Amino acid sequence: MTQTEERAQRYVGGGLLRKEDPELITGQASYVDDITIPGMLWVGVVRSPIAHARLGGVEVAAARSMPGIVEAYSGADLASEWAGGLPCAWPVTEDIKMPTHWPVVQDKARYAGDAVAVVVGESRAQVKDAMEAVEVEYEPLDPVVTMEEALAEGATKVHDDFDDNETYVWKLANGEVDQTFADAEVTIAERYYHPRLIPNAIEPRGVVVAPIAAQGEYTLYTATQIPHILRTTLALTVNIPENKLRVIAPDVGGGFGSKLNVYAEEAICLALARKLGRPVKWIEERSENYLATIHGRDVIQEMELAATQEGKITGVRVKLTADMGAYLQLVTPGIPVLGAFLYAGVYDAQVYSFECVGVFTNKTPTDAYRGAGRPEATYAIERAIETLARKVGKDPVEIRRLNFIEPFDKPRPVAAGLEFDSGNYRAGFDKALDLADYDGLRAEQERRRNEGGVKQLGIGLSTYIEMCGLAPSQVLGSLRYGAGGWETATIRCHPTGKVTVITGTSPHGQGHVTTWSQITADALGVSPDDVEVLHGDTAVSPMGMDTYGSRSLSVGGTALYYAAEKIRNKVKKVAAHELEVSEEDLEWSEGKFQVRGAPDKAKSVPDIAFCLWHCHNLPPDTEPGLEETYVFDPPNFTYPSGAHVAVVEVDTETGLVELTKYVAVDDCGTQINPTIVEGQIHGGVAQGVAEGMFEEAIYDESGNLTTSHMGYYRVPSAAELPSFILDSTVTPSTTNPLGVKGIGEAGTIASPPAVVNAVIDALAPLGVTDIDMPTTPERVYNAIQSAKGASA
Amino acid sequence: MRRISVNVNGKQHEAEVEPRQLLVYFLRETLGLTGTNVGCDTTTCGACTLLLDGKTVKSCTVLAVQADGEQVTTIEGISSDGELHPMQQAFHEHHALQCGYCTPGMIMAAIGLVEEGGGDLSERDIRLGLEGNLCRCTGYHNIIKAIEAAQSQYSSAGA
Repeated sequence: MTQTEERAQRYVGGGLLRKEDPELITGQASYVDDITIPGMLWVGVVRSPIAHARLGGVEVAAARSMPGIVEAYSGADLASEWAGGLPCAWPVTEDIKMPTHWPVVQDKARYAGDAVAVVVGESRAQVKDAMEAVEVEYEPLDPVVTMEEALAEGATKVHDDFDDNETYVWKLANGEVDQTFADAEVTIAERYYHPRLIPNAIEPRGVVVAPIAAQGEYTLYTATQIPHILRTTLALTVNIPENKLRVIAPDVGGGFGSKLNVYAEEAICLALARKLGRPVKWIEERSENYLATIHGRDVIQEMELAATQEGKITGVRVKLTADMGAYLQLVTPGIPVLGAFLYAGVYDAQVYSFECVGVFTNKTPTDAYRGAGRPEATYAIERAIETLARKVGKDPVEIRRLNFIEPFDKPRPVAAGLEFDSGNYRAGFDKALDLADYDGLRAEQERRRNEGGVKQLGIGLSTYIEMCGLAPSQVLGSLRYGAGGWETATIRCHPTGKVTVITGTSPHGQGHVTTWSQITADALGVSPDDVEVLHGDTAVSPMGMDTYGSRSLSVGGTALYYAAEKIRNKVKKVAAHELEVSEEDLEWSEGKFQVRGAPDKAKSVPDIAFCLWHCHNLPPDTEPGLEETYVFDPPNFTYPSGAHVAVVEVDTETGLVELTKYVAVDDCGTQINPTIVEGQIHGGVAQGVAEGMFEEAIYDESGNLTTSHMGYYRVPSAAELPSFILDSTVTPSTTNPLGVKGIGEAGTIASPPAVVNAVIDALAPLGVTDIDMPTTPERVYNAIQSAKGASA
Repeated sequence: MRRISVNVNGKQHEAEVEPRQLLVYFLRETLGLTGTNVGCDTTTCGACTLLLDGKTVKSCTVLAVQADGEQVTTIEGISSDGELHPMQQAFHEHHALQCGYCTPGMIMAAIGLVEEGGGDLSERDIRLGLEGNLCRCTGYHNIIKAIEAAQSQYSSAGA
């Protein structure tokens, strides 16, 4: 390839192979567990095996005397380490009950997994042995396991300081909702349950802290999505000056929201490194992860639609009851709020109301899990619209077409009170039906129904809208979220022509290094190979709001876009000076500034980076160096959308469901790297299908997690899933100049209702109209039997 | 303590190990070969998969002493002279990894599977053969494509 051709090539929109891969496929990556520091001690956390118990004595002396053990501590021993409890940054209402959440409890264990003691020793194995020697006296209390139990009159309280277990009530209403429902020609009311889920990033969490005791300085390595938020909040919890604390997210093995938190172990390791003056390491075991890392979902939904006789939706009224678990983690109360505005989906309702009641129980805290609030909203509306279709005698395709918001390319207000950025919902839907061969599938279904065989075909549809790109800081403020939603990018052009990009986002598998290199390459006329992207280290990227809520590209990528614009502005000024023309005579073409009409007279960004380094001849008032930072605070959210089709075969004798085909057509706006976009959808769909068909965290009546390890909780393998059929539509976002919307959560949001609708569709002739997730053989079998019983 | 002698990636290692030490921790913590990852404690996830005398095993469920006198191949030992193994190359070209944590185990499992399958595996065979390796990022779609591509290379090279 010649130099000219390479410069003319546009990288944005191409499927550049990932620059992250070489170290990951050769075993040279550095995850937290790969970090060893001389003199390092191992930390083990002793956890309550009982869901709700008052603590009597916590006796650590025997553990302390075991071989290799340096120290052992009860909660009381560490109490003076904390300046405050673990943070919850989203008190969604003024009168929310906010319990103090100590890293190691002293009074009561409030869920099976609550930390009660800590052991520190020379080796992983010695610590494990000594943890067995910690003696804790538990005085069991009545456990509050289900939300219904928690809200019952006279229920045992999870937190003694409060009157009851109701955490908060959050409400939103637009329009004459009750009147609309009273006057409606048709109404439906349904109840759905979203199972509790365990995120299962394949890398469990881990923490290493390296102190420089004499300076009071600490470097904390942690498997996190949020190094910046962690630094600010941990500085407050552990009382370490923020500017003495450096947080590094090294290679991070998946997150899915579960590493979007401030965890007890991070605070504990920091405090221990300070107390002992030695490096410490804690690595979570998988079974420990099931207890000690946040769970997702666990929401009861009461969903109502008002509609015309024809099936046109006029109103949406929804009430949620959401399980917080035992404490409020970083954004626990806000998760339902992230879905609160989206229960009308892509349909054009006139009035809208939403209410959520948060509830404390003696279970692991819930928090953000991939999709966070939006899978819940999508599930409810996509189940409900099918019920409405049955009620008004329309098919699932017809009812959706009747209700879609018409295509729009400027921000458009919707009943819930938001302004969607742009959308063309019908286009994606039609494409998905075509790709799936919808008519052919219906014919095949008809054939099987007529034959009356055991294996019946089900076709499930789902459309969705997300609220992504978190977020306009002012809006976050109005929702009572504690931080802003901006993001930063810095571009540093080196005199040798190489470029360093620094982002405040913190990837853990999403390929930011590749994507950011593509954007930079096009914006500055360099090769992606000449761009180095740094992230995940608060000493390198001092400002950042990290990675969650499909925000990295739409907020952080936009910051990069504007930083590049600042670089080009400075380059243009110096290039004009060098070429002895005015700036107006220059045009940006083929990746450099050319004199209009004389393209051989040109200066590239690397040329000018060198000029700005030696500084021998700069225009007046020019600051040496070529480095720019931009902080972008988005004016609106982004709203990715799409349509998915799931096809299942249901064995009507055993209840076994097999997913045989899956079509996804997503609209994430402009795509920077379509290969990475597809990868995000594949993984998201697999996770959402798992939610629909396989996964559920189950507690017994005593509050024990019975799906207590990976062997009992059904994370699907390749054997349970098909290959996916993908396509996209592109409706550029109006929120940012890149036109991007986000794709990290789409698959997980769209797929649960697609598979559940498919299972119900397969069983419709038997009279089945409702089945809860996950559609396990037992549940499907029982649904068939009870439908048969009802019709008998 | 027990004295063991293990050949890891072509190099002989002698060491004193606790009888209870797992092979994966012997590799990671004694030899400093951190490419093999640990993702669970129930032999479910397969992140720690490697080759023990040419057969895939989950090294979290093998004691270091069981590897005495044997040959171990880890992710660090499959590329030669700076050339990626065809399976590594295929994973890269087909975007078969995201966070990369399951990837070493997945690549080792795939190598074992394809070598056993003789270049002849259907998509279904590959999916069933990978049942012991969990990935949370990719939905397996591109992993299957990568293995299919690598397999055709193996068989054309073998022909």
